[in-house]
Amino acid sequence: MSRTRAPVVARWFAGEGEEFRLLGTRCRACASVFFPREDVQCRNPGCQGDDLEEVPLSRRGRVWSYTDSRYRPPSPYVTDPELPWEPHTLIAVELEAERMVVLGQAVPGVAVAELAVGMEVEVVPGVLHEDAETVWTTWQWRPTGVTG
Amino acid sequence: MTGDVAVLGAGMHPWGKWGRGFVEYGVAAARAALADAGLDWREVGSIVGADTVRGGYPGYVAGATFAKALGWQGARVTSVYAACASGAQAIDTARVQILAGRADVVLVVGADAAPKGFFRPAGGDRPDDPDWLRFRVLGATNPTYFGLYARRRMAVHGDTTEDFAQVKVKNAALGALNPYARYRKRVTAEEVSASAVVADPLRLLDICATSDGGAAVVLSSVEYARRHGVVDPVRIRAVSTVTPRYPTAVLDLPDIATDSAVAVEPATEPFRASLARVAYEEAGIGPEDLSVAEVYDLSTALELQWYEDLGLCGEGEGAKLLREGATAPGGRIPVNTSGGLASFGEAVPAQAIAQVCEVTWQLRGTAGDRQVAGARVGITANQGLFGHGSAVIAVR
Repeated sequence: MSRTRAPVVARWFAGEGEEFRLLGTRCRACASVFFPREDVQCRNPGCQGDDLEEVPLSRRGRVWSYTDSRYRPPSPYVTDPELPWEPHTLIAVELEAERMVVLGQAVPGVAVAELAVGMEVEVVPGVLHEDAETVWTTWQWRPTGVTG
Repeated sequence: MTGDVAVLGAGMHPWGKWGRGFVEYGVAAARAALADAGLDWREVGSIVGADTVRGGYPGYVAGATFAKALGWQGARVTSVYAACASGAQAIDTARVQILAGRADVVLVVGADAAPKGFFRPAGGDRPDDPDWLRFRVLGATNPTYFGLYARRRMAVHGDTTEDFAQVKVKNAALGALNPYARYRKRVTAEEVSASAVVADPLRLLDICATSDGGAAVVLSSVEYARRHGVVDPVRIRAVSTVTPRYPTAVLDLPDIATDSAVAVEPATEPFRASLARVAYEEAGIGPEDLSVAEVYDLSTALELQWYEDLGLCGEGEGAKLLREGATAPGGRIPVNTSGGLASFGEAVPAQAIAQVCEVTWQLRGTAGDRQVAGARVGITANQGLFGHGSAVIAVR
């Protein structure tokens, strides 16, 4: 059975493989970047901008902090209660160009013991969960192997 | 001082998992506060309820719900929602009414019957709600944010999990002395490190539980207190409810990202520190004047952060302050003498009011075995979701 691939949230990311990027928006007046995207008005209190353009965010960043979720999160996170809970790792990543921190899940199999603050990671496409009709896609952070 | 209001009464319902409705806890706390004030409910000119969204329909309009349960008597009524800061905003609303001359006596009540396990957002598909999104997309519970902050402190300041455990040891020892606390057992560092990891590096005993509970205060003008025979009441001198300033540089619950600092340089002072500063400025005092502080220890690591944000020590020196014993009973500035959220757990609309109850008892000198000798000035600090801050300064 062929299933549809659908992003867990529309217009937050796009692309495949090396071209995969998180999508934010940038105020044309003051250059502030927003993720999740702001499409109506700029949130800089010193800016009256209401013209925001979509921009891809930096593909790589450095670990600001990290943790994991050893207990099953509640709904609306989707898990199969029939299966044992597999903890997932969360990484908060500093993007240098955008001067912001973006939280995301790590790719499956990356445990907190393999991470350190300051380590370089890159954004890659991932699967959040699947159901009978749909593969729900998301973004994930993956260590590049570069430490700094 | 003209900006002061008097705390005539303070009361709580013991916290725990009692399995009853939040109205019952709130009414019990209200009656205790009224009895403490020596007032009949019919003498109260205004009631302010701190709302709980999990209480369903009556919880959204807590002021009226409590007023009806106490018996309709024609008082002015207000309901306030500001997430974890609801109680402080309710106190501020009451204070403003008193200072504006709208009421002489105001009853402030908060109560909750919390669900078991993780807090979670309301149901339905609601992708316009950042709180719903962080659960849906990331499975990011509150403890995972506490884990991020704790790990960041370890990396930047050199805090250790042993430091975190010692916060729990301190607060549990104080909670053991508090008849209103849910957990009344001392805890050892070994017990903390033997408890299950919830969100690395934090363990079950590093993170506060969810609880049922209620708290209430009766506030009045200082003139009314004097007429009522209270010559030297505990007074609220400042309430800070300021928002963060753009751009936020620290990832905060429930956000998935910080603001970008591309266009505007972040303030050197982080949000939590700004809450305390505004309270200090309004009260005309500084951290060196404090006798006691009640801070929002959602996790052990977060209590250390508050030490720095309140100006009790320099940035990165929270663990050092703890190790020196400065924040323990007998220290320079005991913190969370009530036992804190570590001993109470979260009953969201009640907890900022409960902090003020503890400070009131400390300043009156009636805190029993928890009493800080000669306490004259106390601060409370708290932070609600979506940029709701709170800090209250009380003096005697």
